[in-house]
Amino acid sequence: MVKGDTAPSLLVMSGIVKSFNGVPALRGVDLEVRAGEVHCVLGQNGAGKSTLIKILAGAYQPDGGQISWNSEPTSIPTPVDALALGIATMYQELDVVDGLTIAENIFLGHESSTLGFLNRARSARETHDLLARLGHGDLSPHQLVGTLPAAGKQIVSMARALSRNTRLIVMDEPSAVLDSEEVRNLFRVVRELTSQNIAVIYISHRLEEIRQIGDRITVIKDGQTVASGLSAPDTPTSDLIHLMTGRSVEHFFPDRTALPVDAPVVLDVAGLSLRETFSDVSFQVRAGEIVGLAGLVGSGRSEILETVYGARKPTSGTVSVKGRALRLGSVDDAVAAGVGLSPEERKSQGLLLEEPVYRNVTLSTISRFARGGLLDERGERAATAEQLTALHARPDDPDYLTGNLSGGNQQKVLLARWLVHGTTVLLLDEPTRGVDVGARAEIYAIIRRLADAGTAIVVVSSEIEEVLGLADRVLIIGDGHVLDTRPATEIDEHGVLELVMKGNAA
Amino acid sequence: MSNPTSTAPIATPPEATEPSALQRFLSGSAGRNLGLVIALVLLIAAGAITAGDRFMNVENFLTIVRLASIIGVISIGGTFVITSGGIDLSVGSLMGLATVVATLSSVQAAASQTTWLLMIVVALVVGALGGLINGIVIAYGRVVPFMATLAMLVAARGLAELLSDRKTQIINVQGFLNFFRGDAFGVPALIWMFVVVAIIGWFLLARTTFGRRTVALGGNYEASRLAGIKVKRHTVSLYVLAGLASGIAATMMMGRTTVGTSTHGTLYELDVIAAVVVGGTLLVGGRGTIVGTVLGVLIFATLTNVFTQNNLSTSVQAITKGVIIVVAVLLQQRFAARGSRSS
Repeated sequence: MVKGDTAPSLLVMSGIVKSFNGVPALRGVDLEVRAGEVHCVLGQNGAGKSTLIKILAGAYQPDGGQISWNSEPTSIPTPVDALALGIATMYQELDVVDGLTIAENIFLGHESSTLGFLNRARSARETHDLLARLGHGDLSPHQLVGTLPAAGKQIVSMARALSRNTRLIVMDEPSAVLDSEEVRNLFRVVRELTSQNIAVIYISHRLEEIRQIGDRITVIKDGQTVASGLSAPDTPTSDLIHLMTGRSVEHFFPDRTALPVDAPVVLDVAGLSLRETFSDVSFQVRAGEIVGLAGLVGSGRSEILETVYGARKPTSGTVSVKGRALRLGSVDDAVAAGVGLSPEERKSQGLLLEEPVYRNVTLSTISRFARGGLLDERGERAATAEQLTALHARPDDPDYLTGNLSGGNQQKVLLARWLVHGTTVLLLDEPTRGVDVGARAEIYAIIRRLADAGTAIVVVSSEIEEVLGLADRVLIIGDGHVLDTRPATEIDEHGVLELVMKGNAA
Repeated sequence: MSNPTSTAPIATPPEATEPSALQRFLSGSAGRNLGLVIALVLLIAAGAITAGDRFMNVENFLTIVRLASIIGVISIGGTFVITSGGIDLSVGSLMGLATVVATLSSVQAAASQTTWLLMIVVALVVGALGGLINGIVIAYGRVVPFMATLAMLVAARGLAELLSDRKTQIINVQGFLNFFRGDAFGVPALIWMFVVVAIIGWFLLARTTFGRRTVALGGNYEASRLAGIKVKRHTVSLYVLAGLASGIAATMMMGRTTVGTSTHGTLYELDVIAAVVVGGTLLVGGRGTIVGTVLGVLIFATLTNVFTQNNLSTSVQAITKGVIIVVAVLLQQRFAARGSRSS
């Protein structure tokens, strides 16, 4: 896969330095990208990847260092200049306009027109050609982008890049919003792009993906390039993690503790069904046990979790905690019974981003920090500080603005909320989405520690590897049904997918 | 995702990434309120320069606050609703309806036979009931607050006209009038009521679980729901609170004007929203300030007084109000952007 060393460099950035208000974000980044390769940039959150991307996109100006493009020194003063050079950026929050059609989105800003009249037929034809080049000739140029799933919007975003004669596409965590089938599709498109000699800078936290799609890797740590030109398929994971974090991660997933034979059943879900989503789901979780739900996006795994929690009202079935049946469709009853949820979308469903950390931590237990309705903010801060220290959150300041925390630390804030609450059942939906590699291992360790302390835990993740590595027992979900239940050590990723495929076919 | 404030190693956040002490102060609640106080002082200075002693006397200041007190009480209720991310357009017409129901001849007859407090109770109940309907329609019917309360605005006004037959009803319950026209320590009863409501409101919003939950709802409704807050019940209670404030304002209005009429409170909803938002409460919710609202109300009341003292037309007044609203919101956005994330 590695392109020959003789391939000419398309982009060379050397010694890039950038500070914000005197605080260095980049202190010497080198990056060399060749035409037609997939170049992966690895680094923990805060390493400087986003700043680097924004410099490439013309959104930020570097304070020092050189950029050369096609062996000629250049500068990228504005986003328009970046596009003119042939650099397109696909941000995580896709910048497509939902209310416009695919064709209108692709030609936004450079509409095909005659004397000011839009040439709709021509742009539709060109759109179709572009989509076909990306292997998506089936999409209609006239479809509204708002009706497309995230994967479709990415295709539109890439087609737009192609329409501008792009030489380099920067993809910032393109797989974060995709399920595994869509990721495979994305990879096909990426290979299509590279076969046309377009270079791709691919940023992702998922090392497995980088192995599959990447050619070479540059690792950034604390605003500096610490390794470059590594072979993406062959560099050992332990080396990469060591380079990114500066420490070695011997055991990524914590060791399992044997469950006591007399561990009581804490969560009992029986015959739970939600119309048109899942049906007849039954499972039990014992104190100290971690149960994982594995399945594809759309299999109903997140919905099962939300229904157990009462955020959705089931059409039938029961949920009991420690033998007491919960009022169905009532979150506050579930919370009162000792159930906590860390939701899939941490920012939109979990946190008050504009509030200090302590107010997020005590959100579910606020009445405990009040006498006669009167708040005891000192008590809130103290309880929060205690949890933040125990969870090694950084910074561990209860007054820190929640929105400014990294993904991993935001996840810790949610865990702290339920630790303060003292939940007996903890439901975790995508606990490490958007969390970097170093912090992931920490979160896994915290989850295992909670289980060891007797919490019954249910984990949902789109990364099957994560479910298998973390859980004691795995429920394989396909098409709204529990297809199988296995100890996590007795099945691998391949086995899960096989079951899911078979189940879906049936 | 790195943003400029967190790109450095997270373990030791350097001081320089934080906004300067001055910026932090200005974007904090004390700083925002200081800005409003400065605006108020400037207005008073303008009044003193242009109208001299006619403006600068205790009697005139009491007049300003007395006239501000009715809008003020409604605005305290409005602050809660707006902080929670809602809006209540029906406050003015609910107040009108409450004055009409409380002054119906049957109510007045009953009040003079038993006690004049009955009229107050009736006004409060009418306001609270209107708010209850708003809250139920919004929380359980899932109608957006703008439409639900717009419907209430129209319907309550219509009901008030129907009940009063579009006639102004004069209050002849003497005890009621004596109470509202009285004063204590030289300060009129209306002002006392405003002060008491404002203090209770401040306490409720800033120091209680009820206030915290209100802010949480406005900051992120879904996250509040998933944290186990009884969001629907809370939403209902917020609109009941706003309706109750309209009911209290109705008693004050009846006391001041000695009549009940369906036209009381026309367009008050706009004055309330303007005062609340100029005061620093975010229209999208998630941040609310009672002190700011009180200052916002006083700014508009003082402005009206200064203009009236100088015999300037209400049209010029309206234009100035518009400019103040836009400038205040622009400044708010500036500070909000500095105080919060930079990415």
